Amino acid sequence: MSADGVSVVERIKARSGHLRGTLAQSLADPLTGALSEDDTQLSKFHGIYQQDDRDVRSERKRQRLEPAYRFMIRARVPGGVLTPAQWLNMDDIANAYANGTLRITARQALQLHGVIKWRLKETVAAINAGLMDTLAACGDVNRNVMAPPLPQLSALHREVQEHAGALSAHLTPATSAYHEIWLDGEKLTDGRADKEPIYGDTYLPRKFKSTFAVPPQNDVDVFSQDLGFVAIAEGGGIAGFNVTVGGGMGMSHGEPETYPRLADVLGFCTPGDVLKIAEAVVTTQRDFGDRSNRKRARLKYTIEDRGVAWFREQVAARSGVTLDAPRPFRFVANGDVYGWQQDDRGLWHYTLFVENGRVKDSGELQLMTGLRAIARMHDGEFRLTPNQNLIISDVTDAGRASIDALLDEHGIDNRIRASALRLNSLACVGMPTCGLAMAESERYLPTLLDRLESLLVECQLETSPITMRMTGCPNGCARPYIAEIGLVGKGPGRYNLYLGAGFAGDRLNCLFLENADENEIVGALTPLIRKYAKGRNDGERFGDFLVRTSVVRAVAAGRDFHAAAML
Amino acid sequence: MSTLAAGSIALPLNDQQLAKLHEAVVGLSAAQLTWVSGYVAGLAAADVEPAAPAAASAAELTVLFGSQTGNSQAIAAALAERARARGFATNLVSLADYRPANLKREMLISLIVSTHGEGDPPDDAELFHEFLQSERAPKLTNLRFSVLALGDSSYINFCQTGREFDARLAELGGERLMPLVECDLDYEDNAAAWSDAILAELPELLQPASSVPQLVAVKSISRFDKTRPFPAEVLVNQKITATESTKDVRHIELSLEGSGLGYDPGDSLAVIVRNPPELVTELCTELGFDADETVRIGNEVLSLHEALSAKLEITAGNLGFLRAWSQMSDADELSSLLASGANNALAEFLDTHQIIDIVRKYPAKVTAAAFVGCLRKLSPRSYSISSSLAANPDEVHLTVAAVRYEAFGSTHWGAASTHLADRVAAGDTVDVYVEANPRFRLPAEDVPIIMIGPGTGIAPFRAFIEERAARGATGRNWLFFGERSFRNDFLYQLEWLRHRKNGHLHRLDVAFSRDQDEKIYVQHRLLEHAQDVHRWLEEGAVVYVCGDAKRMAVDVHETLAEIIATQSGVSHDDAELRLKELRRAGRYQRDVY
Ligand code: SRM
Ligand SMILES: Cc1cc2nc3c(=O)[nH]c(=O)nc-3n(C[C@H](O)[C@H](O)[C@H](O)COP(=O)(O)OP(=O)(O)OC[C@H]3O[C@@H](n4cnc5c(N)ncnc54)[C@H](O)[C@@H]3O)c2cc1C
Ligand SMILES: Cc1cc2nc3c(=O)[nH]c(=O)nc-3n(C[C@H](O)[C@H](O)[C@H](O)COP(=O)(O)O)c2cc1C
Ligand code: SF4
Repeated sequence: MSADGVSVVERIKARSGHLRGTLAQSLADPLTGALSEDDTQLSKFHGIYQQDDRDVRSERKRQRLEPAYRFMIRARVPGGVLTPAQWLNMDDIANAYANGTLRITARQALQLHGVIKWRLKETVAAINAGLMDTLAACGDVNRNVMAPPLPQLSALHREVQEHAGALSAHLTPATSAYHEIWLDGEKLTDGRADKEPIYGDTYLPRKFKSTFAVPPQNDVDVFSQDLGFVAIAEGGGIAGFNVTVGGGMGMSHGEPETYPRLADVLGFCTPGDVLKIAEAVVTTQRDFGDRSNRKRARLKYTIEDRGVAWFREQVAARSGVTLDAPRPFRFVANGDVYGWQQDDRGLWHYTLFVENGRVKDSGELQLMTGLRAIARMHDGEFRLTPNQNLIISDVTDAGRASIDALLDEHGIDNRIRASALRLNSLACVGMPTCGLAMAESERYLPTLLDRLESLLVECQLETSPITMRMTGCPNGCARPYIAEIGLVGKGPGRYNLYLGAGFAGDRLNCLFLENADENEIVGALTPLIRKYAKGRNDGERFGDFLVRTSVVRAVAAGRDFHAAAML
Repeated sequence: MSTLAAGSIALPLNDQQLAKLHEAVVGLSAAQLTWVSGYVAGLAAADVEPAAPAAASAAELTVLFGSQTGNSQAIAAALAERARARGFATNLVSLADYRPANLKREMLISLIVSTHGEGDPPDDAELFHEFLQSERAPKLTNLRFSVLALGDSSYINFCQTGREFDARLAELGGERLMPLVECDLDYEDNAAAWSDAILAELPELLQPASSVPQLVAVKSISRFDKTRPFPAEVLVNQKITATESTKDVRHIELSLEGSGLGYDPGDSLAVIVRNPPELVTELCTELGFDADETVRIGNEVLSLHEALSAKLEITAGNLGFLRAWSQMSDADELSSLLASGANNALAEFLDTHQIIDIVRKYPAKVTAAAFVGCLRKLSPRSYSISSSLAANPDEVHLTVAAVRYEAFGSTHWGAASTHLADRVAAGDTVDVYVEANPRFRLPAEDVPIIMIGPGTGIAPFRAFIEERAARGATGRNWLFFGERSFRNDFLYQLEWLRHRKNGHLHRLDVAFSRDQDEKIYVQHRLLEHAQDVHRWLEEGAVVYVCGDAKRMAVDVHETLAEIIATQSGVSHDDAELRLKELRRAGRYQRDVY
């Protein structure tokens, strides 16, 4: 925090000329692969994160070389829908400028890793040439808007998808800096002419995330988001939305005033009021969110500190909309349903398990090559799921066979092999790109699952879905605090083990074991899974079982998250 | 001490001189006296007489030297000292300071000169060499001369400069006192014999100047040299290219603690090493030698293993070895290569063939003694010092590119560079001594400098910037650096970024040749900034070039000429002249190898 009470990032934003800063100079500096420190904050608003290859960080320091700076670029994909042509474009870019892989994120976006500074402009330009963009994919603004891809309910999906697109457009920053820096090249202005009607000159105090959900599937994990619209269906259409506010996952180890929090249901609005409500929520957070301490600057703390009633009044006053009482709804699961499904128009959709969202070729599994081949022949859509998976959408009866053939040809036949635990697992990116990672995540979860799978086979649970999520740090990018088994990195090879969340992402889990290594984790889970196999009630979920049998307590609210594990 | 008491030692001064001296020093404090003693010793060492009396050349021996790294200078100084000690008037002059106009008055010259570049004279001899070769050179019918040529027989143009001086002096009418003597890197014995021979002739040629021996100011030479190196402890041996790099460059830090050794930025450090043990074994196996067999080198009897490890050059090939091996192997290819006079082919051959490659390619049945007889002594290697003492008291740093490569189906090593990179670790010691490089020096503190140092050529510039930063120098510093890849080979990147941030490095332009399709080198960056480079020159900047002599220094020189020509609108020849002037004025300094 600086002397005038606002955080350093606030000051950087304020003097940035609507997100320009000295990005153009930073890009031109030939002596370092990094941006200036201030510019690393601003580049995020443009969808660009400065990272370094952490595998070689310490050796390079000894070599008197700067860290191996690399950039992550996140392309927005509102609602996760993109065309095969856009997929092919991203595939080309990944191979030409990045590390040859694509990463489907937990928020239905696509990430490139490993882009060097000298290729940033070309990369961003190429993404835009494919009619996608990266603006506001990160930064203190509304991020990629999520919407459920729900193949089996395509009529509802299409309607919700339109709302998601409209919300995304409405909350996109108005600055012209993005075009000036990345696309137009030459004519750089100081940005004084720009106006940000919704955000104002300093944008939001912190990142902001919004989603649409369509019950009974909670694949978008609506309760983890700052703002959610839960579709209430009526007669095949959408009657309106229950508005949820104040969800979030991130916390810091050892700082109990930070915690994950599930969203509150604020009330019900009609489809026509979605943008007004959203804008009111955003501007309330803009005006009341904490700008001095970024660790407590998310909407969830604004609401926690001032109360839901106060917040509801603010929203009503700003939007001119009085929310109705929430309508009843029920979620059953937050995972994806795999394999082929047919929609109401008779079109087919194939949900493909992409382990931890990483699209790459490795050995027999030629995922990247296979998807490229499919994209070349496919004339429907691709949909990214919030569980880091991919749906090959809108396939005709005839197309099904050729897609099956391509999937088989490239070894992409996960329908058969993976356990239900693996199919319901998520890992954040973590090492070696994420600068905040304390432990391995994406690179490690698969091997930990290998070990657990033999236990599942022994207990005949290999087809029983259990949600398991791992993150390399407590920021919670894979939403680990709403997984039945949550593993959160504490240090190299060490994790906190959280247990007992709701299977539908509707209850937080509870700390069970601290700072555990692999053997301790497996050692702790083994008796619990054995007990579950023997003692569960009909249809009882693992998380519910653990709470019922008092292995962990039910965490009722975020502020109680850090209370003793068992009361 | 209050009086200049004569004591029992015979004084070299007469009464009158003694009185004058007394008058000059009476009343001085101890500190002042100490200073004066140094001043006077300095006068003697530099052999600059306070009031230069016109010397009768007939009565005088003129010892001239042209030297880049100090070897010739040391031989010249020793010869002059010994001649003076015998009472002969002796004038010791660097070719850089010698007035060509004096030449026709000279009657007795001993010239010691090395060869550099690719058969070029050392920098300090360049102008004199040019003068002598030109039409303007006078007839030298009164002259008797002797030339000692220093060189390195792994170069094709072995002792080229010495040969040229020798031939030209004779051509101009001079009479050889003795035939030209050529020395390889192990020059000590030859040089001593040559000097002895001259001294033996002096009584015949010169009248002793005075009956009493002259005051001999013992020049305070570094306590450590080739025969008595300082064992410096290794503090750091750190690879400073990235793991994925195609190169292995080491940052080596050595401790000078307790040695009293000092150096100035621009100096080099000579390193005495042992040969790669694998290579010693390979050679013995290849030639069927028993490593424990004893051999003789000079008066020393030792095991073959020790001889090959520590005494003899077994990596880089050289002409002497090639000649000897050609006879032993009776290989037609070798003898015709040697006989062809095709210098390029020969140079190319020596550049690409180490001794082991030659003995493998052209096998011969030889005894260990005969083989040892073909080899020359292992010579120390020089490395530009990359640290400033002001910034790192009691330390000396080097930047060493490990020479390691595959050729003819096997791994090859450079002796010294891999000794430093692979065979010493922190705590070990390395035998070293300082080689002064007075022709590569920082200017006054406020003068701007342009440093061009790709690859390990960066080394002395790290020292320069450290020195200027430590001293708070105000002159602007502009560095050009080049290597293969930004990510892997940006030597000392973190330090440059820090110097830039702290205002000690005003400009840094980099050229990474393999980061894009077209190859970009430092000279391309120079050209891109031609206008600024020229402006800096106009503002009095000193230009330094360090690193590869074969290509880089040549290309950079060409580019500098081009910049001068285009920016000030003069012909290429005039630009070359301008560069020569800059060189003479000490504003264009090179340390290339
Ligand atoms: C890629 C992704 C994880 C994944 O495996 O899919 C991800 C990756 C990163 N997240 Fe995240 N987050 C991702 C979804 C999430 C989620 C889940 C969600 O939004 O549904 C959360 C928890 C929800 C929330 O926001 O509370 C999340 C909470 C965070 C936080 C903690 C925020 C907080 O207020 O507590 C950080 C750190 C921060 O912002 O300071 C963070 C920061 C990061 C950064 C950018 C690290 C950084 O700031 O330097 C990670 C980049 C890693 C890399 O190398 O790619 N990420 N991050 C997800 C990209 C989503 C997207 O497309 O926009
Ligand atoms: C004034 C001065 C300053 C110097 N400063 C530095 C410095 O700062 N840093 C530095 O690293 N060096 C510097 N050098 C060079 C250094 O002195 C050595 O010459 C160098 O390290 C190689 O020595 P070596 O003993 O390892 O190799 P040697 O044992 O001398 O072997 C070299 C021989 O290997 C062969 N060879 C080498 N490479 C190849 C190849 N690719 N293909 C085929 N044959 C090959 C050639 O026959 C060559 O003659 C400097 C030299 C001088 C004169
Ligand atoms: C960069 C460089 C180039 C050299 N080129 C030659 C050469 O072409 N021919 C030669 O005989 N010796 C060459 N030598 C060897 C030197 O002449 C030899 O090291 C000599 O002892 C140096 O003496 P000095 O210290 O008086 O300059 C070269 C040495 C260096 C460092
Ligand atoms: S949870 Fe932590 S380690 Fe994982 S991607 Fe997010 S910030 Fe990085």
